[in-house]
Amino acid sequence: MADEPKPPQSESSKPENSGGASTPLAAPKTPAAPATPPAAKPAPPPPKPPAPVQVPLDNELTRRYRERFGAAILDALEDRKQPYLVLDAGNLAEIARYTRDEEKFDLLEDFTAVDWPRREKRFDLIAILYSFPHNTRLRLKIPLAENERPASLAELWPTANWLEREIYDMFGIEFAGHPDLKRILLPDGWQGYPLRKDYDILLQDSAWVRENLGIDSGQ
Amino acid sequence: MQDNTLQNHGTLLGADELVLNMGPQHPSTHGVLRVKLKLDGERVRGTECVIGYLHRGIEKIAENRTYQQFAPYVDRMDYVAAVSNGLGYCEAVEKLLNVEAPPRARVIRTILTELQRIASHLLWLGTHALDIGALTPLFYCMREREEILKIFEKYCGARLTTHAFRIGGLQYESYDGFEKDVERFCNDFERRIQEYVDLLTGNSIWIGRTRNVGVLNAADCIALGATGPILRAAGVKWDLRKAQPYAAYDQYKFEIPTGTNGDTYDRYMVRIEEMRQSRLICLQAIEKIPEGAIMGKVGKVIKPPAGEIYHSIEAPKGILGYYIVSDATTQPYRVRVRPPSFINLQALDKMVRGHLVADVVAIIGTLDIVLGEVDR
Repeated sequence: MADEPKPPQSESSKPENSGGASTPLAAPKTPAAPATPPAAKPAPPPPKPPAPVQVPLDNELTRRYRERFGAAILDALEDRKQPYLVLDAGNLAEIARYTRDEEKFDLLEDFTAVDWPRREKRFDLIAILYSFPHNTRLRLKIPLAENERPASLAELWPTANWLEREIYDMFGIEFAGHPDLKRILLPDGWQGYPLRKDYDILLQDSAWVRENLGIDSGQ
Repeated sequence: MQDNTLQNHGTLLGADELVLNMGPQHPSTHGVLRVKLKLDGERVRGTECVIGYLHRGIEKIAENRTYQQFAPYVDRMDYVAAVSNGLGYCEAVEKLLNVEAPPRARVIRTILTELQRIASHLLWLGTHALDIGALTPLFYCMREREEILKIFEKYCGARLTTHAFRIGGLQYESYDGFEKDVERFCNDFERRIQEYVDLLTGNSIWIGRTRNVGVLNAADCIALGATGPILRAAGVKWDLRKAQPYAAYDQYKFEIPTGTNGDTYDRYMVRIEEMRQSRLICLQAIEKIPEGAIMGKVGKVIKPPAGEIYHSIEAPKGILGYYIVSDATTQPYRVRVRPPSFINLQALDKMVRGHLVADVVAIIGTLDIVLGEVDR
C-alpha cells in the first residue's frame, strides 16, 4: 500500500524516470496534450463551492437564540447572505413569540412549506420575517414529520390565518389551534395535496377524464 | 358536529341577521371574488371570502418548467402589473445565480416598472371611482393608461402580459425614441393628474363615500401583513424601494407619500401622490440611461447551485416576494410567491365590520386586489 501512492507522485514530477509497461502510452502524450487538461480540469471545481454553500452562522442574533432556547435551535445557517434558523417544531410557538416581541421581527412576510419526501422529516415550514425597526429579514425553518401538527401562529400574526390555510390546502399540514382550518384555494371536496412532490398532475387529470367522460385520457 | 361547522362558517344566524352573497359574478368585486356578508339590516357584522376560482396552480407549474420557461407565467398573476411581477422573478433568480443585471438593463427595468406602477394605479383609480359612482375618471384613466401600454407594445410587442425582462437582463434594446415617448408621456401626465384631483379630491360626494371608511391603523396593517399603499396610508413611511433598494432605485430621488387616518380617502391620496413620484423617477431615469450591455453573464442553461433565496419588491399593490428553492437542476424545486393581493384581501373583514353594504364595494376597491394574483 505504501508503494502505490509513490508511483503517481514520481510520474507527475518526473515522468521519464518511472518507466515501465504503462508509461510508453502516456509518455508521448504528456508533453503536449494530457499535461494541460488535467491541470485545467481540477481548477474549475474549487471556485464553484464557495458561492453556493450554506455557511454556519454565528452572530449576535444567533447567540441570543442559542442562549435562550439551547437545543431547540437545531442549526443557524446563511445562504447567499440570507440568515435562517432551523427550529424544533415543539418550541415553535415560544420561539415565534420571542422573535416578534423581543427581536422585533414584527411582520410575518410569508409563511409556506417545502416537501422533501425522501427525508426522515418530510416537510420544512418556512416563516419569512421582516423587522421594521432593524430593516432586516430572518427565516425560520421548521422540519416536520408527516403527521406532526405544529402550533398555529395565527394568534401572534393574524396574517398567518390564511397562509396556514393555504399550507394545509397544498401540503396537508394541520396546525394545532388554528381558528378555522379548511381549504382556501381549492374546492372543499378536493382529493390530495397538490404541492406534495408525490402528487402527479397527470394522474389527477386521467382520473377526472375517466370518471366524467368515460374514456381514457390521451395524455 | 354540524353546529360546530356552522359556527365556524359564521352562518349560525340570529333572528335579525341575514346572509348576503356578493359575487363571484359581480362587477364591483373586480373579478371572481365571492364575499359572504353577515348583515344586521344594512350593517355588516362579519364576512367570509370565498376565493380560488382563478386558481391555476402556478407554484406547481413552476416545478415542472425550467427557470426561463416559468418567467412568462408570473405575468399572469397580477395581470395589470405584469412588468413588476417579471422584475421580481428575474431578480430573485439572478440572486439565486449570484449574477447581476448590467446597469443599462437595470435603468430600463426601473423605467418600465415605474410606468407599470402608474398604469396599475390608473386602472385602480378608474375602477374604484366607477364603483363609487363617478363615471368620468375611468375614461380619463384609460386614456393615459393607453399611452403607457403603447410604450410597452413598442418595446416588446405586448401590452398586458409583457414578459419584458429576462433572467440576467433584457432581451430587447430600447427602441429608437423610447426616451422621447416616456418624456412626452411624463410631461402630459402632470396636467392629467391634476384633472383627476380636480374631479375627485374636493368633491363632497367622493369625500363622503371615502373618508373614515375602511379604517386600518398601522398596528393592524402590520399584524395582518397589509403592505404597499395600505400601510403607507396608515402613516408608516416605508417603501421597499427605499428600505432595501433593488433595480436602480438607489440612484433616484423620490418621496414616500403617507396618510394619517388609514381610511379609503388617504389610500386614494397616497396612490395619487405615488403616481406623481413614479413620474419623477421616470424623468430622472431617462435623463441618463447608461450605455453598455443589456444582458449579464447568464448561460443558456440556468442551473443555480443548490440552496434557496427570498427576494421581494415593492409592487404596485404591496410586497411581492419570491421564495425559490434550487436543487441544482434546471427546474426550480419549489417556487413560492408572496402575493400582495392575497394577503391584503385578508384585511377586508376587519375593514368592513360595522360599515354599510355599499361601503363594502368601496373597500374592496380601495384594497386594489387582482384576483389572478389572489388565486394564482
